[in-house]
Amino acid sequence: MTLALALEQLLNGIQLGVMLFLMAAGLTLIFGVMGLINLAHGSLYMVGAFACAAVAAWTGSFWLGLIASLACAAAAGAIVELAVIRRLYDRDHLDQVLATFALILIFSEGTRWLFGDFPLYLDIPALLQGVVTLPGDATYPVYRLAIIAVGALIALGLYLLIGKTRLGMRIRAGESDREMIGALGVDIRTLYTLVFALGSALAGLAGALVGALQSVQVGMGEPVLILAFVVIVIGGIGSIKGALYGALLVGVTDTLGRFLLPQLLALFVDPSQAGMIGGAMASMLIYVVMAVILAVKPRGLFPPAHA
Amino acid sequence: MLTRENTVNLVLALLLLAAPLAANALGQPFYVTLATRIAILALAALGLNLALGLGGLVSFGHAAFFGIGGYAAGILSSHALSYEPMIFGLPGTVQMPVIWIVAVIAAGLVALAIGAISLRTSGVYFIMITLAFAQMVYYFAISWPAYGGEDGLSILVRNQFPGLNTMKPLSFFLVCYVVLLAGIGLFALIRASRFGAALQAARQNETRVATVGIHPYRIRLTGFVISAMITALAGALYADLNRFVSPSMLSWHMSGELIVLIILGGTGRLFGPLAGAALYVAFEFALGGLTERWQFFLGLILLGVVLFARGGLLGLLAGKAKHG
Amino acid sequence: MVEPVLQIDNLVKAFGALRATDGVSLDLRPGEIHALIGPNGAGKSTLIHQICGTVRQDSGTIRFAGEDIGALSTAERAQKGLGRTFQVSSLAPEFSALRNVMLAVQAKQGSSFGFFKPVMQDSSLVDPAMAILERVGLADRARLPAAELSHGERRQLEIAMALALQSKAFLLDEPMAGMGPEGSKKLTGFLDALRREAPILLVEHDMDAVFALADRISVLVYGKVIATGTVDEIRSNPTVRTAYLGDHA
Repeated sequence: MTLALALEQLLNGIQLGVMLFLMAAGLTLIFGVMGLINLAHGSLYMVGAFACAAVAAWTGSFWLGLIASLACAAAAGAIVELAVIRRLYDRDHLDQVLATFALILIFSEGTRWLFGDFPLYLDIPALLQGVVTLPGDATYPVYRLAIIAVGALIALGLYLLIGKTRLGMRIRAGESDREMIGALGVDIRTLYTLVFALGSALAGLAGALVGALQSVQVGMGEPVLILAFVVIVIGGIGSIKGALYGALLVGVTDTLGRFLLPQLLALFVDPSQAGMIGGAMASMLIYVVMAVILAVKPRGLFPPAHA
Repeated sequence: MLTRENTVNLVLALLLLAAPLAANALGQPFYVTLATRIAILALAALGLNLALGLGGLVSFGHAAFFGIGGYAAGILSSHALSYEPMIFGLPGTVQMPVIWIVAVIAAGLVALAIGAISLRTSGVYFIMITLAFAQMVYYFAISWPAYGGEDGLSILVRNQFPGLNTMKPLSFFLVCYVVLLAGIGLFALIRASRFGAALQAARQNETRVATVGIHPYRIRLTGFVISAMITALAGALYADLNRFVSPSMLSWHMSGELIVLIILGGTGRLFGPLAGAALYVAFEFALGGLTERWQFFLGLILLGVVLFARGGLLGLLAGKAKHG
Repeated sequence: MVEPVLQIDNLVKAFGALRATDGVSLDLRPGEIHALIGPNGAGKSTLIHQICGTVRQDSGTIRFAGEDIGALSTAERAQKGLGRTFQVSSLAPEFSALRNVMLAVQAKQGSSFGFFKPVMQDSSLVDPAMAILERVGLADRARLPAAELSHGERRQLEIAMALALQSKAFLLDEPMAGMGPEGSKKLTGFLDALRREAPILLVEHDMDAVFALADRISVLVYGKVIATGTVDEIRSNPTVRTAYLGDHA
């Protein structure tokens, strides 16, 4: 194992972590502000990917596709919030789970109706094609580095939005005291729709960015959604900071686990066995990490103060 | 006591028996299989209903137990047919009663581990954590090639039940039907028992339960384990019905469907899972015949039920649930 | 001197910079009603929470029936015989009054892991529960869900549950709150007799009830006990008068 290979895997882990953060940030924001568990968040990820792929194919421009992904996911989020989600804020978690599960069925089958059963493909834009050379003479795709940069920018943007702006102040007030925010004369219904659309746009962006690395297909959002759940459970539900650390932890642990565990086991058993057992163990690794963290801190690493 | 709910329950139970008998007499084994599917899904949801309906534990990971039951059937029978011993040199088996015991014990142990960690949390944490643990089992099944990995495992010949030819659809249906009725009976007993009282009280008011000196955690963990065991038994039957078991039985979609069955029927009600399973299979059959995209309409219906008809089918047929 | 049933020594609980309980010591002796009074925010509820185990103290000891219970869980303390009612009624709302009391009887018997015998046919649960409902005057409401009982009736039901536990001490958190004058009077009479069964630590705002019932009173202000004494001693204590009773006297 060379240093270059390890560095590459580490970067892959960070890139996965950044994607997860985009998903987890929306989920945790929506839960923190509205108290809603949204299973359909993965569907908005899918909507973003499909919008980007379709518009990019139609116009030939990845960048227009990216804008379309943000717009479509935000619009889909806002529509869903207005039509369904706002009826669920006062309901128990079971109702929220069921209604958003129903939304997944509707989104998935609806997308199949529009785009058929075959996956779409999205090319990496010309500007971001190519590789950079890492220390140790390995190469790394520019596009993946760009994703990491986008994630870092979004994290910074969210930090500024929530910490420094009026909207952020309202969001924080909503987190700590729903009554108070009403008393402040803030239109809470509009605020909720905005927050939901914002979370949706982040999910859509993540879907579009990942769409250029994988195929764009129905059901692509669900594995990511579940990883994002693991992230926010580890980080503490409702905490953006927790989402960031949790996402990086999960991304890096998962990637390095898949890379290192088989090699580690190969020291003890024969290589084919090591690959099999190591692969199976690696696929369970993040859940084990989650279990250990919860055993010590049942409310996650950064539980919001009010919860 | 023949209340309206009891009447509806009785009619449901008799219909589920009469329909496949009639279908069999008319030479329509497909409908017998459909009824078997209803009985098995009802049993799986009944198990979940113990945790969810009585205990208020919204487990989004019961597919794990369903699948463990299924894999118990698949693995045991594949070893029996290949004469290869399993770990510790134990032989496989094609006898359903043995398979059921193994399925129930295996799922119970896994549920004990998952529950012990998950029940330290509550609410939305609990939902997500049970989902995540089930996903862990799912990925394990996919990446462990010994038993088919992603492709699943076929059960070449349906496992046997002493004195019956289980390859006959009606015989296998009757096995499943009797197991379902036994499950419903067990659920009714537990609901009325001291343990059931504590479990339901812990759902309504955890602090109150602790203040009278009952440990909510122990009660819930016990409920979670029993619930998983019942669902695993259904899983073993389901594998035998399809003569196939694959990671899809462990998928989070399956967990969601089990919850859907309960809600369609009516939460916490004795016959809710059966009503829900019957409704679900009927939707699947009727809509599936019309369009490949039937899940789109299932989604719409489910959304309608959640937003506007919280009592489910039994709520409509038998009125509001009563609590004594 | 008789051994106290409940003895709290130098209990401290801080939330951030706020010391909600600031070195509280008090005891509860057999047969007495010890009232705990103090203005809102004085830390009465936090103190009760610590005694029951729903909030863990930072330091200090809680001894109950000669045993240190400071590290036990809520359920374990209840099993030792600490009976509690809540400031805001806390019942199983879907269960009938009878089944609520039966739950307490079942807990007292120490067996919640029966799976097959229907509780409603179990006379070892139904009979004692019914007798207790009779005693608190709720027998004719036994079959109603707790959620459908009136406010006062729910309070009575809470007390019935504490009785069912055959508690060695009662912690009653504002049992008079929200009761009409008639209800308060009835409850006062009831508590007066109850002290012979087990001593009562009574948190209460209704001063008429406190003065009528209490053998001793402790006054809690800003997390500290500023005075403990008989009704007369407390009434005439100048510190208490300025700190708390001023608007009543």
